[in-house]
Amino acid sequence: MNLVSYLGPLLQNAGVFIILALGLNLINGIAGQFSLGHAGFWAVGAYVGASYGVFFAPAFLPDFVNLLISNVLAIIAASIAGILVGVPCLRLRGDYLAIATLGFGEIIRIIINNLDVVGGPRGFTNIPHWSNLFWIYLWVVICVVMLANLLRGTHGRAIISIREDEIAAAAMGVNTTKYKTLAFVIGAGMAGLAGSLFAHAQQFIHPSSFSFMWSVIILLMIILGGMGSMTGAIVGAVFLTFLPEFLRLFGETVSEWRMVIYSLLLIFLMLLRPQGIFGKHEFNLKRLWPVKTGDAK
Amino acid sequence: MSDQVAYFFQDLGQYLINGIAQGSIYALVALGYTMVYGIIRLINFAHGEFYMVGAFVGLFLIQAHLPFIIALPCAMLGSGLLAVTVERLVYRPIRKAGKIQALITALGVSLLLQYLGQNLLGADPRPFPDALENKTYMMGPLMISKIQLIIIVTTVILMGALRYLVMYTKIGKAMRATSYNLEAAELMGIDTNKIISFTFFVGAALAGAAGVLVGMYYNTVEPMMGMIPGLKAFVAAVLGGIGVIPGAVLGGLVLGVAENLVIGFWVSTYRDAIAFAILIIILLIRPAGLLGRNTREKV
Repeated sequence: MNLVSYLGPLLQNAGVFIILALGLNLINGIAGQFSLGHAGFWAVGAYVGASYGVFFAPAFLPDFVNLLISNVLAIIAASIAGILVGVPCLRLRGDYLAIATLGFGEIIRIIINNLDVVGGPRGFTNIPHWSNLFWIYLWVVICVVMLANLLRGTHGRAIISIREDEIAAAAMGVNTTKYKTLAFVIGAGMAGLAGSLFAHAQQFIHPSSFSFMWSVIILLMIILGGMGSMTGAIVGAVFLTFLPEFLRLFGETVSEWRMVIYSLLLIFLMLLRPQGIFGKHEFNLKRLWPVKTGDAK
Repeated sequence: MSDQVAYFFQDLGQYLINGIAQGSIYALVALGYTMVYGIIRLINFAHGEFYMVGAFVGLFLIQAHLPFIIALPCAMLGSGLLAVTVERLVYRPIRKAGKIQALITALGVSLLLQYLGQNLLGADPRPFPDALENKTYMMGPLMISKIQLIIIVTTVILMGALRYLVMYTKIGKAMRATSYNLEAAELMGIDTNKIISFTFFVGAALAGAAGVLVGMYYNTVEPMMGMIPGLKAFVAAVLGGIGVIPGAVLGGLVLGVAENLVIGFWVSTYRDAIAFAILIIILLIRPAGLLGRNTREKV
């Protein structure tokens, strides 16, 4: 088998999962709002982007323009879904929020399953093949830069303060509802973007591609990397995209046990290293090799 | 016109009977959720899997030609022991770490049991042998099957037993004390670790019983069967007021009836969405649930 044709789709998936994990990391790790419905927003983006590609895209536009339109529409649709879910649910805390978002994720999937226009349970076929490695990783870079800038600014500080202590943040004048919703909507929008890129890479999507199991896998990615760390989210996403392929080297039986391995990984991570690989820190060369500056004489 | 009204009421009555049978099963599962949440504030995601394990133990015993009356307690014992093991190995070490950590761990345990089941027992649904010959009784124009009757009767018996256990025995008193205030109960000399294990055992045993009943009702069991009913039972527990034992029963019945009315009068494909819609509405309007009391978070 050709190495490029083997690695290409894997790298595409890794890019899609990096965007998903970064979005969920913003909601769960940085804003501290525990959401279990990320696959729902991913599905909204994928189906909106794919619908544009199949039903509305004008053929005279070049593919990449169509892809960008599809991406933007997916971001808008998933953000709207994020507002619809976030505004009522973010009044809840902790475990209740987790269950409510889980419920919304499932509702979205059930609704798609019942929409005959997009294929319902048969899946959505003939989606134009527009996305490729270049566009996926361009979006990854845009997302990383946007998030890094967001987190260094006023809004990012406000979002982090909610994670650290919501009551104290509110007492210091942070509009907690506004910033929680902001984080949630940005995270959902990124999931929508990932969905549209995913749909145009796979050319076939199915409601069960967006089941609750995927919300958990994305969650595992950010827990593995360290909740609250962007580098962690990226490492976690890449690691868990390649892990099934790596397991395949040990034969089909091992890769059949993939989900068992994932769940054991989740349990042992929680028991032994709940902060994940990076904790809340970012990867930083200066931390690895501290450079003395200034008073070195 | 009056014919139509009569048909409407006949349908309504039928859906109510089906709903109560279905709701009894949700109620049995919801009791375990609510008891565990009441005592250690953990949403035990793996509870649906205890129900699945109970169904499989029941399946194997009934396939070995044991009568229902023996298979049911054995299945309850099986899922109860599994729950105690899981509690001892996983939940006890994580209990101090925090709510979200515990929740993620519970999620992990749930997936682990689902996929272990799928890999060890096969993913295909298995037919549940007829443990009893099924008959249908007519109550006027309404039908009730023997299995529905058994479900309702078993549920009532188990709930009566639970009520006796919690309200009138020494260990029940200790359970109530622990759920009221864990530290204070510990100071009063209650072995809270033992009580928590016991609560897991009782909750999972009820779920195991529900698993056997549901296997008989739908004639099929599979490793993934616990997931959706588990979530719905959680919804039932929240609906009734999580931590409140009568609330779980009420929530389960309301949910079962609501679901069957939707299936009957509207569309069956949205069946699974109803529970989550109810959950979101109840959380927004009355987060404490129907029978729960509101508590404010203190700084």
